[in-house]
Parts: sequence; structure tokens; C-alpha cells
Amino acid sequence: MTAPMSQCLMQMVQTDYALSDYQSEIAPRWCAGCGDNAILTAMQRLCRDEQLPPEKTVCVSGIGCSSRLPHYMNAYGFHGVHGRALPIAEGVKIRRPDLHVFVTTGDGDCCSIGAAHWLHAIRYNMNMTVLLHDNQIYGLTKKQTSPTSPHGLKSNTTPHGAVLNPLNPLTVTLGVANVSFVAQAVDWIPDLLYETLSKAYHHKGLSFIRILQRCPEFMDHRFDDWVRDPSKMRILTHADGLRLKPEVSRIYKNQETHDPRDMGRALAISSLNDEIPVGILYRDPSVPCYDELRAGERPNTPALVQTVLNEEFDKVGIWPDPATAPEIRE
Amino acid sequence: MTSDGRQEFAENAELGDIRELKGKKRPKTRPAIVLNEHIVEIVSDSGEGAQRCGQSLAAIAARSGNGIWTVEIIPAEIQPPHRSIAGASGNRVRIASQPVTNGGDEADLVVALNEQVLLSRLHAGEIKPGAIILIESMWQFDPNPEIATAYASVCAKIRAEGYRLYEIPMEAECQKYVHDPRRGKNMFVLGMLCAIYSFDTDMAQAQVRFTFAKKDQKVIDANIELLDAGRNWADDNLDLKYEISSHPVSAKQVVMNGNAALALGVVASGMEVCSMYPITPATSASHYLSDIFEKVGCVVHQAEDEISACTFAIGASYAGKCAVTITSGPGLSLKQEAIGLAVMAEIPLVVINVQRGGPSTGLPTKVEQGDLMASIFGGHGDAPKVVMAVSSIEDCFYSAITARKIAETFNTVVIVLSDAGLATAQQPFARPVFNADWLAPPVNQSAVPEDAKPYDWDERTGIATRFVPGQPNGMHCLTGLAHDRDSHVAYDPEINEEGLLQRSRKLAAFQTTLRLEPVYGGDDGDLLLIGWGSTRGAIEEAVANLRAQGHKVSSLHLKYLQPMASGIDAVMDRFDKVMTIENNWNDPPDDPLITKANRRYSSLANLLRSRWLVDIDCWGKARGQPLKPASIMQAALTKLEKP
Ligand SMILES: Cc1ncc(C[n+]2csc(CCOP(=O)(O)OP(=O)(O)O)c2C)c(N)n1
Ligand code: SF4
Ligand SMILES: [Mg+2]
Repeated sequence: MTAPMSQCLMQMVQTDYALSDYQSEIAPRWCAGCGDNAILTAMQRLCRDEQLPPEKTVCVSGIGCSSRLPHYMNAYGFHGVHGRALPIAEGVKIRRPDLHVFVTTGDGDCCSIGAAHWLHAIRYNMNMTVLLHDNQIYGLTKKQTSPTSPHGLKSNTTPHGAVLNPLNPLTVTLGVANVSFVAQAVDWIPDLLYETLSKAYHHKGLSFIRILQRCPEFMDHRFDDWVRDPSKMRILTHADGLRLKPEVSRIYKNQETHDPRDMGRALAISSLNDEIPVGILYRDPSVPCYDELRAGERPNTPALVQTVLNEEFDKVGIWPDPATAPEIRE
Repeated sequence: MTSDGRQEFAENAELGDIRELKGKKRPKTRPAIVLNEHIVEIVSDSGEGAQRCGQSLAAIAARSGNGIWTVEIIPAEIQPPHRSIAGASGNRVRIASQPVTNGGDEADLVVALNEQVLLSRLHAGEIKPGAIILIESMWQFDPNPEIATAYASVCAKIRAEGYRLYEIPMEAECQKYVHDPRRGKNMFVLGMLCAIYSFDTDMAQAQVRFTFAKKDQKVIDANIELLDAGRNWADDNLDLKYEISSHPVSAKQVVMNGNAALALGVVASGMEVCSMYPITPATSASHYLSDIFEKVGCVVHQAEDEISACTFAIGASYAGKCAVTITSGPGLSLKQEAIGLAVMAEIPLVVINVQRGGPSTGLPTKVEQGDLMASIFGGHGDAPKVVMAVSSIEDCFYSAITARKIAETFNTVVIVLSDAGLATAQQPFARPVFNADWLAPPVNQSAVPEDAKPYDWDERTGIATRFVPGQPNGMHCLTGLAHDRDSHVAYDPEINEEGLLQRSRKLAAFQTTLRLEPVYGGDDGDLLLIGWGSTRGAIEEAVANLRAQGHKVSSLHLKYLQPMASGIDAVMDRFDKVMTIENNWNDPPDDPLITKANRRYSSLANLLRSRWLVDIDCWGKARGQPLKPASIMQAALTKLEKP
């Protein structure tokens, strides 16, 4: 997502926004240790660092624990209906290029009930940043299996263990026409989460970040192995991707230089089983954006509306004196 | 058929009605019989251009100063089998000396390009006993004996039933001018009809030129040649010459169908975003809009489904660009959850629902007024919204403008109900004169006062000033959850009831602005018919005819169904009997299973009964066809007779 020129100019005159300027008066009500907290912090840091005017920032979400995020942001928020965050966000953006649009969605919200919108949102490639909070469970409705739940997971809807293999949001997204930015982050490495979000924000087009998010309430210890053993995390670096701070680099030594233009490798990395990749998998800023393709060529002015209406009326007109009728050309 | 076809045709023994084919020509200026009105149908296999022929005839009649109403005859499939009863495609054109408001009763004259499509109209009861039928005669020589026999037997049968049958070698005549008569026969037919109804030659030629304006000159010339050929042939060979008296057009008019009028209304309303998913019979409105909307800097978004079409529109409206979503029954069902969101969050939204037969996939191309209850009560919970219905083509245009205004004034959802009948029916109306007030004001981006709340409901009206993204200090999180004036999620009983109250109050406030339309007919009497939507023309025509026969029958037509204008009770009180007339289902009271306890009434009857505690009756049909004045008259007479 890139800032339009007018925005840059405004930011030059704008007083400094502090982190607190993006915190709403409502304290987050997620469970202690919930990964959503880290994602919210990363969002607020990003807004502060980019100095986004809160009134020009719109956070859209569906329904779920994760979809509560807009309530905790001091920005315009739209907490919509289950599964429909993406089309709402598309509507917001279609005639408001000046707004910075962020979408927060859960694995049920995005990959199950909203799956059709997910695929098409990738294809539309509108300028917005999409954060998939993937805790691999339905949190808000209290522990039902989600499309990303691991095989065998015991939940309230699969008490004997989930019978299906999970779908992989990364490979699915990478497989959609017009995909232009896919990344993965995890809530327990805040620095990389922030870096990824920042790259996503600066991408022109739709940036999709799947964030593995811990849900201590219903998926306790799910990611413990990876949290405890940094070598199981594969960090993707590239001059065109993430650049690691030395302190992060010291802890996360399992690194791979991955060119985000390499779709084949992106798919292979996304399919890793043992290791969790973190970083930018794929990026192609040249993909056209639907909001730009459909931008009005001229503004909707009364004079224009009048002209066009009259042209159309002429085509189907009946005149008292046919001699005065204008000649119709299609 | 070779050029001898005509020869063979001429020698055919069945030719009783066609005069002197081989003999001397009749004078072209035979005196015309002057008529008040005629209903003409042109039917063919789809792809033979009967619809274009009908539309052109209608346009010529309208330009000549006649009242017209057209009804499309649509096969359910895109490529139905040739020569099949199910495949009848074409147009009905009602031409009258006065303005007409509906498709009328049975047809007076039918042009059929094969006998099967003719049967389809006969079976549907759409042709008047003794009507004039002009049929393509080439089938009698068809090499397939089954076809030739089928043709002959249908001709014999309908002649025996008293229809005036004219067998016409259209194919053979057209072959004299064009290589492939299947394309172009329709213009020959148009020429015949122009001769039969004494339409001006120049006018007809101009219409053909207009119809083919996008084609090159050769195509235009060929079609004009066929038009003239048809005209000459009819003048030379048919004993049919009519004139439907007309009144010269005194002011500028436009002629279009309901979906085109809706699309132009959307342009005129200042709405800048239309998001939709294709569905018959609504799609043609979006097709037309797609063609013109970009010219005024606006966008038609074809979403991946109706749910996204509706939520996309809500997103656009939320961001300050009031949006419309256009759909039909099944799509309305899918949009219901999102409509509830717009109601709850108080986002303006216009939903145009061009109704078709339901439930489920139902009758995709056919007319029904089946979605009234779904529109008012369809979603879950208490979700007050405005529901209005259009009753004429002109009304389609202006209703789109009004709907946007209501939606934005009251931050509410407005559902506009049209139907498959109005969608494709054409009618002339006074050319609208552009008014800049129709358009929406620019998006408000001014700063919000520091202490203002996003849901600061006005105690008298329930209206809150909406904050639009971009307005400094207006930041809040809009939610579909129960919320307080700060838009904070709140589950307290008091807060929940306050939200319900304010959203309901807006509807009450809006209701106070409504005025009941005058009663049609007399102010009191024996029977009041109440209708809504597209049935208006047919109901009022029935009332006029009944009154001419001395019956004290009147009608009341409702534009706003939710909320309804005050005073309906007072009007009903002035009549002995009250009955709604609707194009939807109700249980027949004489069915042995049906009792007072279980009879399911038509939608409007249900609403009026519960609102006004009146034991009113309903009459309706759900045959997928527009209601006819004659059947409404019959229903009214039966009701009058009942004790
Ligand atoms: C139409 C509809 N169906 C079902 C629900 C109930 N529901 C709310 S959130 C949710 C799933 C949430 O899971 P996810 O999207 O993964 O979000 P999380 O709570 O895990 O962050 C469900 C099924 C609903 N609100 N609306
Ligand atoms: S249930 Fe899980 S996802 Fe929801 S708030 Fe608690 S920890 Fe977070
Ligand atoms: Mg989840």
C-alpha cells in the first residue's frame, strides 16, 4: 500500500503522532498471552512510524476474536459480519484512494466462511493490507475445528480428532491469479512481524500476511516447539525482502536468502512441514490493481451527469416535431 | 424454398383468406378501419429477431403519438430447441390511442414464424378468440413430413376454431432480397405491420436506421429494403388495414423499459458505486449501467457473489459514496445478513430487487410480487428499513433518485421493488428535466466537533449524524454488534433497547413525511382494490372499466410498503368491501383444507390485516405473468356478488 502524494504533503505539515494516538479508549479484551495483542502492537507501531493520520486509516474486520482489533485502534474501524471483511474493505477503497485500508481476519473468517472473497480479493489486488490471524481454531465461538486446524485436532466439533488435512493459506493464496504479495509472520517474533507488516504496507497492491497466532485458551502449546527452538524457524531474507537486525539474526540462525520473485521456491517454502518460514514469500509490484483500473477517468460532476443523461434520453427520445430531433449516433 | 415457392403457395388450397395473389393488385389506399387499440404479438424461435421487431414497432407507434406498452415474451432457456412450444420468444405490443399502463388482455393480432410458437401463446391463453394470425407458411413444404404435417394440422385446427389465419410466404419473399432470410425476416414482418397499422413510411425507415445504427450501411440498407418489401407485400396481398388514432406528441418524451429507467435513475441519483452479481431479470439494468456509468466517473463492480456485492456496497457507502446493489429474489436472500448490518450500523444503502417468481430458483424470467415479506422482514432480528415499490416505467427512474435521498437522510436501507414485468416492459413518459438537486452532495470531510458521538441520536427523529472516514475527530469503530452512542460494543439491556428504539424511530419519523396517493375512482363505494408495484396499470384499467359499467369500485395504490402512509384505514372504512390485488400466492378460500385458521394471505393483505385489524380479502395470481385487467375485473365482480 503506498501513500498518495497528497498524503505525503499532509504528513509533512502534520504534528507528530505518538503510539498512544492510535490506541483507542477501549483496552483490549483478548486473553492473556493471546497473539492478537502482538499484532495490534505491530499495527500501532506501523501507523506511528508511517505517521498515518488516524482519520485516514480504516481497519476493517469480520467476526472473531481477531476481528475485535479495529475496536482497539484509534482510527476509523469497521467491525463487519463474519467472513465479509474483504468485500467491505474493497467497497471502502473503490472510491477512496486517500484512505489507508487494513483488514483483520481470522482463519475461520477468511479461509472458511469468507473463502470466496479471499480468492477474489487476491485477484482484485486492491491497495490494502490484509492480516490473517491464523490461530488454527475458532476462538470466539469456543474451540471448533477451522480449515487450518491440524489433522487429528480434538475440538468441540471433532472430539475424536479432525479427520481432514488442513488447507494451507499460503499455497492457496500463491495459487490465485494476480497474487502480488504473500508473507508469513508469527506473533512471537515481534520484530519480524513489524518488519513484514511494514513491507506489506509499502507494497502496491493487496498484501497478504498470514500470521501464526497463539491462542493459549484453546490451542495452548500448539507452537511451543517453534517458540522454544528458534532453529525450527526459517527466516527468509533478501535485499528485496526482510533485512534482519543483528540481534534477531543472532537468535534465528536458520536463514534462507529467498528472492520474492521466485514463485516456485515460494511454493516449496510454504509447503514446509517441520519448519515455520517467516518473511516475504512472494512479491510482484507490477500486478495491476483493480481500484486503479476502475478509477473514474473524470469526476462525477452535475454537468457531466446532465450531459450523459441527455445523451441517453436522446437515443430513446420522442420529439413533438421530428424535424428538431437530434441525429442519434451510437 | 425456391422462388417458385410463392407460386406453390399461391396454388395452395388453404389460401382462402389471401386475396388475388396472382390476380390484379389491390389499390394501396384502401380505407383503414379506425381502432381504439390493438394488441399485437410477434413470436418466433429465439434468435429470429421477433423481439427487435416488436420493440421497433412499439417505438414507431410511440413516435407516432400512440400510447404503447410492450411485454417481452421470453423463453426460459438461452438456446431452446427450434420450433418448440417452450422456445417462443418475442414481444407483445399494446398500441392505443390513449396512454396505456399495462400489457392488456388477449392479443388481437399475432405474427408467428412457426406453428409451435403460436401454440405456445394459444396454450397460455394469450390470444383472443377469433384473433388475426399471420403465420410463416414455408413449413408446409418442409422436406420433413412430420414438420409439414404438424404445420398443416395446427393451421387446420386454429382455422376451425375461428381464428382468421393468413399463411404468408415470408421466407420466400425475403429470399428475393437477402441470402439468409432467418436474419431479416423480422424487418419484413415489421414492414407488414407498419402497412397493416398505417404507420408512416419515413418514420419506420428512420426507426430501422436507428435500430441498426451500430452496423454498417450495407446492413442498414438491406433491412430497409426488407421493411419496404414487407410493407408492399402486405399492401398488395392482405385485406387488413387499420389505423389506431393517435395524438401528436406535444412534449418531449422518452421510451424505455423499467430496467433502463432504473439504471438512468441510478445515474441521476448521484450514486457512484453499483455492485452486483448477475441475476435475471435484474441484470439488464446493470448491463446498461455498465455501459454508461463510467462516462460519469462511476463504477459497476461485478462481485463474486451477492453477499460480496452487498457488503461491497456497504463499504462504499460507509466511506461516503452511497452505493446501490441490484438483484433479484435469490440474491436478496443472500444479501439479508449484510442488509441487517447496514441497518444496525446505520449505513445508507439502496437495494434494488427486480422480483421474479420464487422461492428458490423459481421462475427466473417471469413476473411475481413474491418478495414483499422478505424485503420487510427477511433478515434476523428487528431490522427496520424502508421498502418502496415502483409502479410504472417513469416511476423506476424517479424512485432510484428518491431511494438514495431517503437512504442518506435517514442513514437507512431502502429496498426498491420492481419486477420482471416492469423490467422488460416499455412505455413512453415525459422526458425528465435534469435537476442538480437529484445528485448527492460531496463527501463531508470537515472536522467533527471534539465531543461529538457517532451515534448521537436525535430524540425526535432517531437520526444521528454519520461520521465518514477522513473526517478528523470522527474516528470510531462501527460495528454490527449492539452498541452505545460511542459505537462501543454494549450488551446492557437498556443500551440494546435504546438502539432498537432509535432505529425504529427513524422509520416513524420517515413515515410522517409520507402522503397517501389519491384513491383512483370514487372516494367511497362498494369495493376498494388495494395494490402495490407493477400491477397499478392493470388495476386502474379494471377499475375504469368497472366504473364505466356502473360498479362502485375504486382502487388505492401503495408506493411505500414499509412504512406505509397514514390514512389507509380511513379510506378502507369508506368501502363496503376491501380486497388486495397482488401478483403472488394466496390460499384459495374455497379449497376444502383451507380455513380461517390456516389460510395464507397475499403479502399486502397480510400487512394491512395485521396493521389495521381489518378482515380484508385478497385476490392474486402467481402464474408468472403480469395480471390482466380482465381477470382483475372478473375477480372484482365475483367479490361484489359475494354476500
Ligand atoms: C454467519 C455467521 N455464522 C457464524 C457465526 C459465529 N462465529 C463467529 S466468529 C466464528 C469463527 C471465528 O473463528 P476465526 O475466524 O478463526 O476467528 P478467531 O475467533 O479464531 O480469531 C464463528 C463461527 C457468525 N457470527 N456469523
Ligand atoms: S480465545 Fe484464543 S484467540 Fe480468542 S482471545 Fe483468547 S487466546 Fe485469543
Ligand atoms: Mg481462528
